[in-house]
Amino acid sequence: MAERNGMVEKRGAGLWLTHLGLIIGVLFIFFPIWLAFVASTVTQADIVRPPMPLLPGDQFFENYGRALTSGVNAPVATMLLNSMVMALGIAVGKIAISLLSAFAIVYFRFPLRKLFFWLIFLTLMLPVEVRIVPTYEVIANFGMLNSYQGLILPLIASATATFLFRQFFMTVPDELAEAARVDGAKPMRFFFDILLPMSRTNIAALFVILFIYGWNQYLWPLLITTDPDMNTIVMGIKQMFPSGDDTADWPVIMATSILAMVPPVLVVVGMQRLFVRGLVESEK
Amino acid sequence: MATVTLQNVRKSFGKTDVIHGIDLDIADGEFIVIVGPSGCGKSTLLRMVAGLETVTSGEVRIGGKLVNDVEPMDRDIAMVFQNYALYPHMSVFDNMAYGLKIAKTPRSEIEERVASAAELLQLEPYLHRKPRELSGGQRQRVAMGRAIVRKPAVFLFDEPLSNLDAKLRVQMRLEIKALQRKLGVTALYVTHDQVEAMTLADRMVVMNGGVADQIGKPLEVYADPQTAFVGGFIGSPPTNFLNAGLIPGLATGNTIGIRPEHLVLGADGRLQTTVAYTEALGAETLIHCRLPDGNQITARQDATQRIPAEGETIGIDWNDGDAMLFDAGGRRTGKV
Repeated sequence: MAERNGMVEKRGAGLWLTHLGLIIGVLFIFFPIWLAFVASTVTQADIVRPPMPLLPGDQFFENYGRALTSGVNAPVATMLLNSMVMALGIAVGKIAISLLSAFAIVYFRFPLRKLFFWLIFLTLMLPVEVRIVPTYEVIANFGMLNSYQGLILPLIASATATFLFRQFFMTVPDELAEAARVDGAKPMRFFFDILLPMSRTNIAALFVILFIYGWNQYLWPLLITTDPDMNTIVMGIKQMFPSGDDTADWPVIMATSILAMVPPVLVVVGMQRLFVRGLVESEK
Repeated sequence: MATVTLQNVRKSFGKTDVIHGIDLDIADGEFIVIVGPSGCGKSTLLRMVAGLETVTSGEVRIGGKLVNDVEPMDRDIAMVFQNYALYPHMSVFDNMAYGLKIAKTPRSEIEERVASAAELLQLEPYLHRKPRELSGGQRQRVAMGRAIVRKPAVFLFDEPLSNLDAKLRVQMRLEIKALQRKLGVTALYVTHDQVEAMTLADRMVVMNGGVADQIGKPLEVYADPQTAFVGGFIGSPPTNFLNAGLIPGLATGNTIGIRPEHLVLGADGRLQTTVAYTEALGAETLIHCRLPDGNQITARQDATQRIPAEGETIGIDWNDGDAMLFDAGGRRTGKV
């Protein structure tokens, strides 16, 4: 980040103080994650006996192996797969649907166009929790309980993404659509050849947000998956907590927590490059 | 190669009439420039020929074929837009090849056509660059290349030079003209710049408020404007308009128009004026004088002649043959 140095004009002590402040902030945020990691590498006995260890132990492979293959209710590997399918399905589905609906709203003149736009917009005001009972009813009637479709479909419509793409499409010069028309491109051809590639930085940004949104879904999977093999990881962690007097297998729970964080982090880090490139290129 | 015929073409947006019936016959290979101030409907007219706007009534024919309801791609036209409208994520090559790809032209032919267009426009070194890596003039060339590779019967230009700086504009103007001559394609060119119109056009259409005020060869239009609007719009500085009542022997209510270069400065003349200010342009000097009734009149003097000082009182005269008489409605009624 050398090029950023010019942004904050500070020299000497001021610079060090700023860095010190930031480092303390980072450590503060990072500490719980560190604790979780430490807890996932020691034995149950080490965790229960105060003081809690602050340095990693030697049980890393043992604990993670146990979590991935057997877990508490279901193997974490299965739950990771379920979460991955759900998060990807939601992110890709939401992007595909909102791209198409934004395309329709911006580029086609059809009766009640404004009304449809506002209807889509209105759904922003109805979060999943508000419509969860009727949605459950519908999904149950379709026989989609304990299935990927059931996990993904109800969450796939996105007013936010539609709105975002609509705003982006409106900044694309009309001449581009006209040039494509003169070149002989039919509407869908224009969409795939020109609009889609031009939206790729927006798509990348949305993908990150929507992937994490899908990954972190808790209430909905909790409701519709009763089969442990269909559990997602975020709800799975909760299911691992013991009820009553059972003892919690903390090292495995902590290993699961750490594992649950890895995919979203990878997505953010991986997509960050695309972001930055998109910002630098800034083409229109 | 084709003729273009407009027959009583009209356009309304809702209840607003934008084009009030235009008739125009464009010969094969002719370069027609549509010129007028902003909002006169010139771009709308062009877009109707392109097929990007519907025709409210009247007929548009390209190559004798009625095209009112034909999609732009099937009209055998190519269009160059004001902001170039290049596809930002495609290379120069792909930008030029896009239309051909859609038309399912064989790969070898696409390469051949793009290569020859690139050669013609000196774009060969840039074929793999993205539009954002090109200068304004180069982007303009790519936009023209995209039009050329389609081998259209008619070129349509919508103010293609107005985003370029003055020097480049002059250069590109010459290139467009040379290119059109070389390819022999019919061209329809819209601009608000009367210099572009004068220099490019075989014939020009001067539009004013949705009406074609005059259609003719540039020099004919310049020498013989049919309306006061045309006289004022074509030529820089514009024609001077004087209330005919100021001049002995003419009826009031009429207007006479005299080009700045036709005014003769001297000790005496039909009008006595005061020099308000002068603008030396190098080869010539513009002399802005104030008339007794407060109006201004501009004369153009060769730099070799004596330039009066500001504040000086001078006489202005002209040959009667150079004065143009317009009636109260701005219509030309003849020489004085």
